[in-house]
Amino acid sequence: MYKYDQYDQAIVDARVAEFRDQVTRRLAGKITEDQFKPLRLMNGLYLQLHAYMLRVAVPYGTLDGRQMRMLGHIARKYDRGYGHFTTRQNIQYNWIKLSDAPDILADLATVEMHAIQTSGNCIRNISSDQYAGAAADEVADPRPWAELLRQWSSFHPEFSYLPRKFKIAVIAADEDRAAMRLHDIGIQLVERDGKLGGKIFVGGGMGRTPMVAPEIKDFIGAEDLLSYVEACLRVYNRYGRRDNIYKARIKILLHELGADEYRRQVEEEFVLVKALGIDPPQAEFDRIAAYFAPPAFEAGASDAIDRSDPDFAVWLDQNVKAHKQPGYAIVNISLKPAGGIPGDASAEQIDLMADLAERYSFDELRVTHAQNIVLPHVRKADLHMIWQALHEAGLAEANLDLITDIIACPGLDYCSLANARSIPVAQKIADRFADPVRQRDLGELKLKISGCINACGHHHAGHIGILGVDKKGTENYQLLLGGSGAEDASLGKITGPGFDEDGIVDAVERVTDRYVALREEGERFLDTYRRVGIDPFKEAIYG
Amino acid sequence: MKLLTGNDLPTGDVTWWTGQGWSRHVQEAVDVGDQGEAIAHAEEGARRVNAPYVIDATLTEEGPRPAHIKDRVRALGPTVRLDLTLKPADPAAGSWVI
Repeated sequence: MYKYDQYDQAIVDARVAEFRDQVTRRLAGKITEDQFKPLRLMNGLYLQLHAYMLRVAVPYGTLDGRQMRMLGHIARKYDRGYGHFTTRQNIQYNWIKLSDAPDILADLATVEMHAIQTSGNCIRNISSDQYAGAAADEVADPRPWAELLRQWSSFHPEFSYLPRKFKIAVIAADEDRAAMRLHDIGIQLVERDGKLGGKIFVGGGMGRTPMVAPEIKDFIGAEDLLSYVEACLRVYNRYGRRDNIYKARIKILLHELGADEYRRQVEEEFVLVKALGIDPPQAEFDRIAAYFAPPAFEAGASDAIDRSDPDFAVWLDQNVKAHKQPGYAIVNISLKPAGGIPGDASAEQIDLMADLAERYSFDELRVTHAQNIVLPHVRKADLHMIWQALHEAGLAEANLDLITDIIACPGLDYCSLANARSIPVAQKIADRFADPVRQRDLGELKLKISGCINACGHHHAGHIGILGVDKKGTENYQLLLGGSGAEDASLGKITGPGFDEDGIVDAVERVTDRYVALREEGERFLDTYRRVGIDPFKEAIYG
Repeated sequence: MKLLTGNDLPTGDVTWWTGQGWSRHVQEAVDVGDQGEAIAHAEEGARRVNAPYVIDATLTEEGPRPAHIKDRVRALGPTVRLDLTLKPADPAAGSWVI
C-alpha cells in the first residue's frame, strides 16, 4: 500500500480547509450555486435526486482495513448506514448533507483518502486489475504505475480543464479484468525482450458513442511511459472538441482524426515532452514500488482445503481464484446477494470486510469494477473461516461472474441523469435466476444494466446488456447482446424494440434458454453468441 | 397544475413550495400557476432552496402527483429502499411512483 508523504498529506489537508471555507461561504450566501457547483464537483460532491452524493476515490481500487473502516464510519455517521461501490472502483454515499461534507473530507484525510478529481473534466481515479500483486499471469505489479499516474495526474495544471473527463486504466496481464480497452487510455504492461514497457490503447469508452480503444503504440519502454501518456493527453487537450459536450471525449477525436494521424501527432509531441524530463528517475520509481512489495507470505503454506462442507465448496469453486503464491488464494466477496442492491454494503458489512482484511489478507482489500470486493492474499487454510464470517454477514453469495453477479448503476432510484430504474430490473433478474444450480449451468454470463445512455452500468460491455430509456414518460428497456469488457473486448448490439420492466426479464430468459439450446461443449454464452450471431436470439425474443 | 420543487440548501432534501414556505411532502405542494419562476428566483436568492424548478403535475385524491416518474421518485424516495422513503411503513408506496 502506498503511504502519503508530507506533500501528499499537506495537499489533501489544504484542500479540506479550502472546501470548508467554500461551503461556509455558500451556506452564508456569499457565493451562488452557479459559482459553487464547479467547486463542489471538484470535491466529488454532486446534487442527486434525494440529497447530495459524495463520491470518494479509492485509488486503483486498493485500500487497507483502516481506510475501509473509515468508509463504514462515514456510512454510519453521515449517511444512512450504507455505501455504494461503483464501476469506477470508488464508493458513493447517497444521503450526504452539504453542511457535513467538510467534516467527511477531514475524516477521510486522516486515513489518506479524499474525493478530489472524482468529478469534473480532469483525469479521474486510475483504475486497475483487482488481482494486482496476486495474479499469476501478470508480468509486473501494475499498482506502482497506477500510483505514479495518480501522482502525476493529481492537480496536473495542464490537465485540470480538459475538454471532458478522462479515465485511465493500467493492467499487467493478458486477461483484462479492468475493462482496459473501454478507457480513454488503456495501458497494458508487457515484457519485450526482457524489458518492461507498455502497450498503449487510446480512445475507448462507453456512453452514447461506445468505442473499443485501438492500439496506438505496440510498445513504449517503461522509462518513457509517463512522457508518452502526457503526449497522448496533450494532443487531446489541444484538439479535443470543447464546443459540443457529446463530442468532447478523446474517442471522438480518435474517430475524426483516425488512429494513424492521432498516433503521428502523439509521436511528434512525445519528442517534445520527453525533453522535459518528467519520467521519474529509477530511484523515485523504486521508492513508489517499494510500497507495493509482496507481503510476507508464509513459506510452505498448505494448499490443502477441506471441501467437506458442500456450500463452502460451491463458494470455493465460484468465488475463490488462484494466487501466484502457493498456499494462498484470492477471495472475491460478492456484493450481489439475492434481493440485494448491486454494489451496496452496510456499515457493518464494510467493518467486517475491514476486519477480515486485517486478520487474513495482509490488511489489503480491492474494489472491483464489477462492484465486488476482493481479499487479495488469503491463506488457503483460512478460507473456511472467512467463508463462515461472510456467510453470517450475508456476503457469501457464490455467484462471481454468473448471471446474478449483475453490474447495475444507481439508476432512476438515485441518479438525476437516469431515465429509468436499474436496480429493480437487476433484482427481478436475480430473482428469476435465483436457483444456484441453474446459474452455474449457464456459466460465465456478465449482465450489465444502465439507467441511461451515459452507461455507468457498462451495458455496452455486457454479454447481456440492458439500457433503460424514457419512452414518452415511461421506463423502457433495450436489450443488447454480445458485449465484453475483457481482453476480447466488444460492444453489444441492440436486439430490437424495447420492453417494460417485466418484459425485459422475460426477454433475458428467452435469450438464456436459446443459449442452452444452442451451446456446444464448453461454450460460454458469449462464445455461442459469437458463433451463431444475433439472429437466433432475436428469433427467440421476438418470434 | 404546476409545482415548484428544489432541494434544501444545507441538507439537500427534496422540498416543495407550499405557498408559504417549503415542505418535504409533495402532498403539501400548491399550484404555482405562472408564478413558479418568480417564486423560485426570490426563494433561491434568500437561500431557502437550491436549484428550484417548475414541474407539471396532476391533482389526485391523495394530493398532487408529479407528471414525470423522476419527480415522483424524488417525492417518495428510492423505490428499492422503502425503509428510506417518506413512507417507510407503506409497502405499497412504490406503486404510487410507477
